[in-house]
Amino acid sequence: MKPGGGVLASAAPALPLAAFFTVAYLLPVAVLAAVSALTALRGGHWTVANYSTFLGDAYHLSILGDTLLLGLQVTLVTLLIAYPLGLAYLRAGPRVRTLLLFLILLPLLTNTVVRTFAWMAILGREGVINAWLVGVGLTDGPQRLLYTRPWLVVALAQIYLPLMALPLNNSLAKIDANLMKASEGLGASRAFTFRTVILPLSMPGAVAGGLLVFAGSTTAFITQTLVGGGRQLFMPLHIYQQAIGVQKWTFAAAISVIFAIAVMGLVYLVNRAARERMRGVDA
Amino acid sequence: MRELKDAAYRGVVALLATVALVLLVAPTLVVVLMSFTGDFTLRFPPRSWSVRWYTELFSNSPQIVTAAWVSLKVAVIATAVSVVFGTLAAVAIAGRRDRWAVALDGVFMSPMVFPAMSLGLALLLLLSLAGIRLSTWTLAIGHVVIATPFVIRMVSAAAQQVNPVLLDCAASLGASRIHAFRTITLPLIRPGIVAGGVVAFLSSIDHVPVSLMLADPRTETLPIHLWTILEANLDVRVASVSGIVVAVTIAVILLVDRRVFVERGRAS
Repeated sequence: MKPGGGVLASAAPALPLAAFFTVAYLLPVAVLAAVSALTALRGGHWTVANYSTFLGDAYHLSILGDTLLLGLQVTLVTLLIAYPLGLAYLRAGPRVRTLLLFLILLPLLTNTVVRTFAWMAILGREGVINAWLVGVGLTDGPQRLLYTRPWLVVALAQIYLPLMALPLNNSLAKIDANLMKASEGLGASRAFTFRTVILPLSMPGAVAGGLLVFAGSTTAFITQTLVGGGRQLFMPLHIYQQAIGVQKWTFAAAISVIFAIAVMGLVYLVNRAARERMRGVDA
Repeated sequence: MRELKDAAYRGVVALLATVALVLLVAPTLVVVLMSFTGDFTLRFPPRSWSVRWYTELFSNSPQIVTAAWVSLKVAVIATAVSVVFGTLAAVAIAGRRDRWAVALDGVFMSPMVFPAMSLGLALLLLLSLAGIRLSTWTLAIGHVVIATPFVIRMVSAAAQQVNPVLLDCAASLGASRIHAFRTITLPLIRPGIVAGGVVAFLSSIDHVPVSLMLADPRTETLPIHLWTILEANLDVRVASVSGIVVAVTIAVILLVDRRVFVERGRAS
């Protein structure tokens, strides 16, 4: 006798969470979508004005575009540093691997605010980098590093590096070492082996990590406001200001929906494209 | 020619790996060192060393301590709920390719990529339209949604390792499904549950956007309070709070890692 034949019997343990998510996640998102199409939170009527205001205005659109661009930049930088780290991890012995794993996990274990604060201390006028620049004599006075785009990207890349490194290391570890030996034995250079063997076979990990980094850095409110500063406005702060700041609830709801669709839509498309290309590669 | 190319490739990889390592370690190190500064500004390296900002924290910062309590309370509730619900759900859907299981998995995992600020506003609108007052509990509900995907991922990974033959054996010997779960599945997936719980707890302690939307003065969490301090002026007390957070997390990890490690040793 096999226990529990029907779908309901097998699905039963998932029902409490399904019920919870329906009330605390799906229902609020449905309410958000409904409110975004109203003229006022209470006693309003249906309208598309909130959406046409956002989508018809270059300023609002540029905030959305810039937020997505930020996510893309951070994802690329994390990829650039996670691959060498992963290759080093592969070639290391068990003891060094444990140490590397701990170092990779270290940023994940400390608060985002703490990590952001660390970057403020590093980039500030009296910070590490400026002390070094002035000390070595490369610049006359302290440079403005905080509140600049390149350093915001670097800070976010550091904060989200573990989310990329963990799945990527997993993927790299699954590659058959014989393939690399064969490639080198047949006369391929290391760089060629990387491009034709390692890169395609580690794609599942890179994609999984990339999507988490992208989603995380586009919504990283704390780092965006503290390291990015007031002059760079991104979607999370925009939503917060429109909602809590000026209490334009229905407009804030519409921005939230647009932002969610943009991020989740991109994640979905990349996921699908990657799955098409990676058929046969063991995820 | 190939040797030269390989040397260049190896050099680039080594350089970038070093950059990555420095990037991983430096910020934590800077924060810990900075917390022992004797100065009034975030000068690095500090001119003098002291523990004054730690004593300041405990003797003269009631708001930070209150915010820390709120964070802790919310994180404990959120972890407890997400571990129980998440473990049950993960056991039901792990390794299944049925359409319902794939769909449920998609919904349960989606908060990982759903913009948290949008979710926060969604919850705030629902609560305000339903006339429910904001409290620690409403905040905890939001955090459960944020933390659950981590539990599901960790427990699913562990549950996929459980040999289904064991459960078939138990069933053919007359064990009920609940008995089989308790005596076979649960002990085998315990490391996954513990790991999921730790990550869920850390993700709740760390979370800001939903808390920001659902915060009133009584439910201001630690990261939000620190954020307001950092926005207003670079108060050095943030460094000492950070120092404590780093110490506590590393202690918890070492403790839990040992437990998981010991249990793994026993299971094999």
